Amino acid sequence: MGAIQIDRVTKVYNADRRDVLALDDVSLTIPDGEFGCIVGGSGCGKSTLLNVIAGLEPPTEGAALVGGRPVTGPGPDRGMVFQSYTLYPWLRVRENVEFGPSLAGTPAKERHGQSDELLAQMGLSEFADAYPSELSGGMQQRVAIVRAIANDPDVLLMDEPFGALDALTRSGAQRFLTNLWEQRRRTIAFVTHDIDEAVFLADRVYVMSPRPGRLRKEVVIDLPRSRDPEVLTTPEFADYKREILELIHETAAETRA
Amino acid sequence: MVETHARDAADRTAATAPGPQLPLRARRSRLSTAMRPKEPISRPLALALTSGCFLLVLALWSIVSYGELVDDLFLPTPSATADRLYQLFANEGFAGDVWSSTRRILIAFALSAVVAVPLGIAIGSFRAVQAFIEPLVAAVRFMPATAFIPLFIIWFGIDETEKVAVICMGVFFPLTLLVADVSANVQKNLLSIAYTLGASNRQVFTRVLLPACWPGVIDNLRIAMGWAWTYLIVAELVSAETGIGHSILNAGRYMDSETVIAGILTIGALGLVSDALFRLLHRRLFPYAKGRR
Repeated sequence: MGAIQIDRVTKVYNADRRDVLALDDVSLTIPDGEFGCIVGGSGCGKSTLLNVIAGLEPPTEGAALVGGRPVTGPGPDRGMVFQSYTLYPWLRVRENVEFGPSLAGTPAKERHGQSDELLAQMGLSEFADAYPSELSGGMQQRVAIVRAIANDPDVLLMDEPFGALDALTRSGAQRFLTNLWEQRRRTIAFVTHDIDEAVFLADRVYVMSPRPGRLRKEVVIDLPRSRDPEVLTTPEFADYKREILELIHETAAETRA
Repeated sequence: MVETHARDAADRTAATAPGPQLPLRARRSRLSTAMRPKEPISRPLALALTSGCFLLVLALWSIVSYGELVDDLFLPTPSATADRLYQLFANEGFAGDVWSSTRRILIAFALSAVVAVPLGIAIGSFRAVQAFIEPLVAAVRFMPATAFIPLFIIWFGIDETEKVAVICMGVFFPLTLLVADVSANVQKNLLSIAYTLGASNRQVFTRVLLPACWPGVIDNLRIAMGWAWTYLIVAELVSAETGIGHSILNAGRYMDSETVIAGILTIGALGLVSDALFRLLHRRLFPYAKGRR
């Protein structure tokens, strides 16, 4: 278990021999067990921020802390899901789910028990022996989420995991994720550019502005749990959506000016 | 998508249903399906088209040769060529030539692959290796292997070593670069995910990068086998006592175009066999890889 803290993180890229400021002095905290969504237009550094938390990219200045410990590199305490399909095509669903535990040297028997249980809980048992190429995109992303939690990580980092899915599949995948989160209550940092998705999923939405990437505002979403799709049509939902949209439009206008 | 596969299968069965019972409109729509870009066609139709092409070539050959449009000194008839092929194997020990050619190929191909595959994977995976050796490999690739033949004759004489060297020279460098491409194209996120699942550098290499490369490697080995046949024949044309290339060259000296064509057809058949073996290997090793193959 652990909160995610971003402490004055600045990230400078060197692209085409020019320095690009991807993140400019960003600080934010996702409290322990909460669902945080990071939204913003392209170029706001939201994916970079996630990579810094994952330890896949070091910050130029500042630090990311998970459960109070500074991040120094990637590790199994922080599970990750990308937008692109990253299941290993040569492994069956079950073997993909067991990949993390097998790296750690968990005996096969124990691994199978765990993966059977997890897949059953998540309603994926019937696909256990399928190869990823036999699954739809939505199913692949569900398995990718299950693979990430098979290591029992403290936090989950998700980079637009449903970005490539169609609207209906996406809605199903979102409910899959909220169910899982309500059962397990891990801290989640979820990057998206879809405001409906952010408001529907999050306890807190962090609105970022582009070029350079800065944290614009933190919006606490005070909608009752568990949420079902009907919440999308309530006036409260619309208010949150309007507030975030306005923030994003303002920042876009400022960047152009 | 499991459902989609099932539906595709149903479509395929429908498409392979016997033709005559189909109403005219359905038959016409099957024709329009064949004209639609990238649309799959039924297996019987594919087989019919493939054999049709071979028959067409055979028919043209027959018309030109039996019709005596061309002197049989230049183009023998199919039956004469087939008879010659039989004679070669039955009475003139051609199988020995086929074997010595095949042996050269196997040795040279194995030597090239054993070095090219690990080196290529290292070039595509590690920037330091790439910076060190890729420019050299890329430069040598542009030097024609055939231009090295005189040098190889000086170095190795005209026995087996020289022929194997020519094939290696022609296969090794381009194969290395193709394999490097395969490993460079492994999606970075596949590696990142492994790190977030707790993998060490070594585990990322052995458990993600290598398995991700194998299908592409086998594919490129299949393609490289084709080059190996080309260089083998070049090597045998220059200097050899045995081998298919040697038989072809010898027959050419006596204007024996029947033997030349018989030899060329034999090489073609051997090429098809090795290609089919590689495809079979690919299907066996990578049952998860679906699609065109």
